Amino acid sequence: MRISTFFYTLRQGVRNMFRNAWFSLASIATIASCLLLFGIFYSVVANFQNIVKRAEAGVAVTVFFDEGLSDEEKQHIGELILDRKEVDKINFISADEAWESFKDEYLGEYSDGFTENPLEDSENYEIYMKDISLQSSLVTYLNTIPGVRQVNSSQQTADALTGANRLISYISLGIIGILLAVSIFLISNTVMIGISVRKEEIGIMKYIGATDFFVRAPFVVEGLLIGVIGAAIPLGIIYFIYINALDIIMERFTEIGSILQFLPVETIFATLIPVSLGIGAGIGLVGSFITVRKHLRV
Amino acid sequence: MALGKKKTKRQMAEDELIVLDNVTKTYATGSPALNGVSLTVKKGEFVFIVGDSGSGKSTLIKLLLRELTPTSGEIYVNNINLGRLRHRQVPKYRRNLGVVFQDFRLLKDRNVYENVAFAQRIVQTPGRLIKRNVPAILSIVGLAGKYKAKPKELSGGEQQRVALARALINKPPILLCDEPTGNLDPRNSWEIMKLLEQINKRGTTILVVTHNREIVNEMQKRVVTMKKGVIVSDEEEGGYIDEN
Repeated sequence: MRISTFFYTLRQGVRNMFRNAWFSLASIATIASCLLLFGIFYSVVANFQNIVKRAEAGVAVTVFFDEGLSDEEKQHIGELILDRKEVDKINFISADEAWESFKDEYLGEYSDGFTENPLEDSENYEIYMKDISLQSSLVTYLNTIPGVRQVNSSQQTADALTGANRLISYISLGIIGILLAVSIFLISNTVMIGISVRKEEIGIMKYIGATDFFVRAPFVVEGLLIGVIGAAIPLGIIYFIYINALDIIMERFTEIGSILQFLPVETIFATLIPVSLGIGAGIGLVGSFITVRKHLRV
Repeated sequence: MALGKKKTKRQMAEDELIVLDNVTKTYATGSPALNGVSLTVKKGEFVFIVGDSGSGKSTLIKLLLRELTPTSGEIYVNNINLGRLRHRQVPKYRRNLGVVFQDFRLLKDRNVYENVAFAQRIVQTPGRLIKRNVPAILSIVGLAGKYKAKPKELSGGEQQRVALARALINKPPILLCDEPTGNLDPRNSWEIMKLLEQINKRGTTILVVTHNREIVNEMQKRVVTMKKGVIVSDEEEGGYIDEN
């Protein structure tokens, strides 16, 4: 393809968009409203998942050792635990650390009466997991390691968090699926109306000897532009809403803000920008590609 | 591979440009729109195709445009066997033809210049040549001063001239005209026909499908008369044969 043809195609795509201003606006509005819903929903879901993940990260499995185990043996147990894929990190808690932590948490000034460490046998590993749904299999494994006296875990907490995570995933998948289906339906209808208006134009081009590519390319450029603009608008709106919503929560609902940690806007947009632009551009591209194809058999 | 030239059954004579060999076209409704039509048009000829509605003229044009394919028989245009053309080869084939329709079929949202230039863009003519060729062809059809006008700002005659300029700018060997004067008043009709005659004198082969009895009788060109899908007469310097 000649460079001049390439630029002509781009120019025509942009011109087409302005020539059919109402159709373009309708398409942009359709894509924008669908992606706005999608973006808002994604932001909420991402924050929910973050909250659950943080809760998961705070849940630890504790491993206590048999009496008289050497430091090397304890280290070996630590290595065996770290080899497991589901394990994120482990912390070794010495007897002194365990006692200090217990004192701070439960005894306060009443601990002065203790001259020796009553938790001498409480050296342990705190294990934090990448995926808490695998806790029960990890506990089973830990119990088989020689030198392990006891494994403490809260299966109930793990189950609740796993269940919450799964529920959020199912609901978000379902709603995103419905939103996408509605978007594609609305957008393909809008594109189809726009293309049928230009059926005659496509016919003329074909009679003169235009190739399918030559006819289709400006429409595809147009579809792509409409899709990208339709995606960029809700991104801007969501950005504005999100940072303002965070400010309001932090200022007016300080209790919520201190309990729940919300994701920064950059983290949300690191996913939302490529996904929204991809969906917008993809719908615009595929929509125009398919609908023009119907009229090319002239 | 050259367009549709593989295994042509019939070799065309050097001076033949269009050959229809026993062509039948039957639509889904049943009765044939064309029934065993054979016709040869030589290079540089000016041929009128006449006949009433339902005689098969439009089907003939659609077959030549390769919008339709024949049910049986073969069509050769400029040594190309249309029956063997694949869909992707059709655009290249159509660049052999200039086409003018009764309803002009101009791109309504583009001006005169862009409508004519479009035909050159399709064949990827460099921009500097387009800038040279379009004004030249617009001068030939008498529209040099109106290159910025949109189709709706032009009269029917002027729109048909734009269509003619677009059809001719790539210098096709054949010009197909489907009722080119059907929407024009007598004065404009004659001007278009005079233009066609000039173009024909420069060597372009012209096929004109028309109902215009006066023009056909006056111009004294070859006249092929069709009736109910068959050719009933084919006369050099002929006239419009009355149906009754």
